[in-house]
Amino acid sequence: MEGLQTYKRKIGIFWWTKRLSHFRFISRELTSIAVAFIAIELLLLSKAIMNGEESYQAFVQSLTHPILIILNLIALGGILYHSITWFNLAPKAMVIKLGENKVPGFLIALGNYLGWIVISAIIVWSLL
Amino acid sequence: MKDLITLNVFRYQPEKSKEPTYQEYEIPYHKDWVILDALNYIKDQIDGSLTYRWSCRMGVCGSCGMMVNGKPVLTCATFLESYTPGPIRIEPLENFPVIRDLVIDMSDFLEKLKKVKPWIIRKDVGSEDREYLQTPSQLADYKQYSMCINCMLCYAACPVYGLEPEFIGPAALALAQRYNMDSRDEGKNQRMKALSHDTGIWQCTFVGDCSAVCPKNVDPAGAIQRYKVEGASNWWKTLLLPYASKD
Amino acid sequence: MSIVQCDVLIIGAGGAGLRAAIAVSEANPQLKIGIVSKVYPMRSHTVSAEGGAAAVIKEDDSLEHHAYDTISGGDWLSDQDAVELFVNQAPKEMIRLEHWGCPWSREQNGTVAVRPFGGMKMKRTWFAADKTGFHLLHTLFQTTLKHENLLRFDEWFVTRLLVEDNRCQGAIALEIATGKMTAIKAKSTIICTGGAGKVFPFTTNAAIKTGDGMAVAYRAGIPLKDMEFVQYHPTGLPFTGILITEAARAEGGYLLNKDEYRYLQDYDLGKPSSKPVLRSMELGPRDRLSQAFVKEQEKGRTYEGEYGHFVHLDIRHLGEKIINSKLPFVRELCIKYENLDPVKEKIPVRPVVHYMMGGIDTNIEAETVLPGLYAAGECACVSINGANRLGSNSLTELLVFGAIAGRNAANYATQQNGFSKGLEAQYKNEANRIEQNFLKKKEGKVKIADIRKAMNNTLEAGAGIYRTETSLKKSQEDIQELKERFKYIKMDDSSITFNTELIAALELSCMLDVAEAVIQSGLHRRESRGSHQRTDFPNRDDEKFLTHSLAYQKEDGPPDIKFKPVTITKWAPGERIYGR
Ligand SMILES: Cc1cc2nc3c(=O)[nH]c(=O)nc-3n(C[C@H](O)[C@H](O)[C@H](O)COP(=O)(O)OP(=O)(O)OC[C@H]3O[C@@H](n4cnc5c(N)ncnc54)[C@H](O)[C@@H]3O)c2cc1C
Ligand code: SF4
Ligand code: FES
Repeated sequence: MEGLQTYKRKIGIFWWTKRLSHFRFISRELTSIAVAFIAIELLLLSKAIMNGEESYQAFVQSLTHPILIILNLIALGGILYHSITWFNLAPKAMVIKLGENKVPGFLIALGNYLGWIVISAIIVWSLL
Repeated sequence: MKDLITLNVFRYQPEKSKEPTYQEYEIPYHKDWVILDALNYIKDQIDGSLTYRWSCRMGVCGSCGMMVNGKPVLTCATFLESYTPGPIRIEPLENFPVIRDLVIDMSDFLEKLKKVKPWIIRKDVGSEDREYLQTPSQLADYKQYSMCINCMLCYAACPVYGLEPEFIGPAALALAQRYNMDSRDEGKNQRMKALSHDTGIWQCTFVGDCSAVCPKNVDPAGAIQRYKVEGASNWWKTLLLPYASKD
Repeated sequence: MSIVQCDVLIIGAGGAGLRAAIAVSEANPQLKIGIVSKVYPMRSHTVSAEGGAAAVIKEDDSLEHHAYDTISGGDWLSDQDAVELFVNQAPKEMIRLEHWGCPWSREQNGTVAVRPFGGMKMKRTWFAADKTGFHLLHTLFQTTLKHENLLRFDEWFVTRLLVEDNRCQGAIALEIATGKMTAIKAKSTIICTGGAGKVFPFTTNAAIKTGDGMAVAYRAGIPLKDMEFVQYHPTGLPFTGILITEAARAEGGYLLNKDEYRYLQDYDLGKPSSKPVLRSMELGPRDRLSQAFVKEQEKGRTYEGEYGHFVHLDIRHLGEKIINSKLPFVRELCIKYENLDPVKEKIPVRPVVHYMMGGIDTNIEAETVLPGLYAAGECACVSINGANRLGSNSLTELLVFGAIAGRNAANYATQQNGFSKGLEAQYKNEANRIEQNFLKKKEGKVKIADIRKAMNNTLEAGAGIYRTETSLKKSQEDIQELKERFKYIKMDDSSITFNTELIAALELSCMLDVAEAVIQSGLHRRESRGSHQRTDFPNRDDEKFLTHSLAYQKEDGPPDIKFKPVTITKWAPGERIYGR
């Protein structure tokens, strides 16, 4: 098709604000910042523990600062959002067949949630 | 309900202007008209120069995809009624170059289609007098991925394709899966080679919109994710057991 | 001047064209194959076929049965040598398609499943749920992608054939996106452009089915055969003409009139029973079912709606499970386009134009009378369909005769060398014609849509399910007048970029040619046979009309009609018996 003058539309940097689904997607991608934040916090925590009782106490003390509490709350929200959207998408990647019928997606998601609850419960139990 | 409805239509006429414009058409409203009927009314009665593709008017040829109020749909399967009282904005499918008005250039897709080798690959062709056996359950494994009508709605919905036009894209990847999962096919490894490099499956960031807009429930997002799981496990297999995997 | 050369040129990329392309490539991988289509191949109308494709595969069936069903279904107008070849090749072709990946519906043991179909004595219709044509076309298209010697011209529109020294040497085509005209020279050419249902107002056919290939052949002096035989499908949706496949009746659907009565029992089609019975009632042939509808309408036993009269197709008793597994597309279409769910409600239906039995005259080798020119698929008339095609024979026909045309065209191309001199002049004339008559046309006043509508209406009125001498004559006058008015059409669009108005005008001129052939052939066939019913000649007349009609274009006015005998091998003409 030589000599054809096609028109190419440009994509602005705010393309993801135009559609709810794209906005949700970008939000999910952004929650990875929350994941990174918690990971760094955990690293710092383990470093503090290795440095002895005193530095551990100081670290825990610093976590009670209102700003850090707010940041942690935001991160918790982000991580919950990330996990939930991820679990809801999981049935897409996992197709399990029982005989001729596919296991419905919500059951697979439910399985993931159950796994999540069980593991969390084990952690809580071992801490108590 | 009022009797007229306004369509706001994207016009691009390269011989007249380098930039597109929007043109308003007021047309009679009929409850049983789809968007495509409205366009045909304009073309027949108001403006013979309005340009768009269509053919079957029954949602199976895949010609008539357009953006209607910003969402990719088949215009022969979308009623005016869902958009009352209007106005309704009609634009060519996003992410594709526009040839004229509502007609996009999809030659890129046809090139990509070839890359996924969408045909049965096997060493032994079998008897010409007998069909290959395939149980209903084996058929069900790939049936969903064989329903694609190449309407390009998923490409119009995919931001990755918009940003990186090299991305092979949802429908072509779903079609690769359709053959991979067909019990008669042995070409999985050949296709994996084409698809596991960076314009293939790994570019998909799982927005999931392709599956949401697909009129035939093909679920390309699911197909790609399953591909990724497989691609990753193959990679581990070759890493751990370098001599075990053969073509 | 733009010229492309290839060995074999195929016009049309539907089922027949794609099958032919593969056959050429397999016959001789050295040949360069051009395949032109006015839409992307996967948009071709074959994509809409729903019900299935017939071929003998099960133990209890036989080629003999398939042949007899086809011939009696066609009211003994089929050429029996062609039918024998067809039923013979059918299973092989279907198995090849299976090997290429077509997702046929299956039995539990893994063999292909078959379903009953109208006019067939045995279950022999292979199906891929109710999207058979869709799967068939996509399987073929995807399979062609592996053939490297295939050059596709997608969205190119053929406007005429290149004929010189009494042989066909390719065609002239317009690239729709750029408006450029190109002479595609070829040593042999196959026309596979499909049917022409769009000459009628209510049709299951897609917008692209405008009989272009029939018209370009007709203009090149090749006769159109048996054009009076136009099939009405008894079950289309009233407004859109969308087809509700025969499979809905084959699975057990009922046709009910206004009084909830299975009216087919009044028309010598058998006794109603709760389960479907082959070759009986709702599984009778299409011509008889459509004719019964008109009679019911005359008796005032049909419903009257905004879009004309209709009756009901009831599949509710099949249950949601069967409907979802065997007829998912029927359900989808009803919900999406008619806003009703056939699991719970009855479907309004009426007869709609569906298929052209007639077409470009070919012999059983798919050769036309012009050396180097072949035709296959719905645009051709071999003829296996006679006066009435049986449902599910057409898809199989595309494969069988597409392949035969491909092999023969390949063979012919290898024997030719070089092209004639005069082709350049033809190219210049044609490019000039398109420019002067359409693109640069100044004072037009008639709207394309108005001529199209008038043509549709006069065909429905004069050459519909029932015809008479007077109605046909009136229609022919109308068509001749419309051809005159066509010279004064108004063009809003003079652009060369993707000019769909130009395409619409070219298609309309093709339809007018096809229409005059349909009417004139109907006028000359003074008998009733299959889908051609003359109220002034209500009986079949084997004495005079066991013959094919041939329409030859004239410079001016309606075509000349000649006749040639039907080939009879084993099956002497008999009575068509259904339900008894
Ligand atoms: C709704 C519906 C359901 C059907 N269901 C069944 C069924 O269940 N079983 C069955 O056996 N049959 C069925 N049929 C009939 C069958 O589908 C058709 O007869 C068959 O598909 C025709 O195929 P074809 O290859 O001849 O033409 P098409 O598939 O119509 O292809 C024609 C090709 O020619 C090209 N073309 C046309 N004009 C030009 C031009 N001027 N320049 C360039 N290219 C051109 C087009 O682009 C296209 O590629 C059905 C038909 C309809 C309408
Ligand atoms: S996957 Fe769905 S949306 Fe994408 S091209 Fe195919 S049918 Fe259209
Ligand atoms: S016109 Fe064919 S899908 Fe809409």
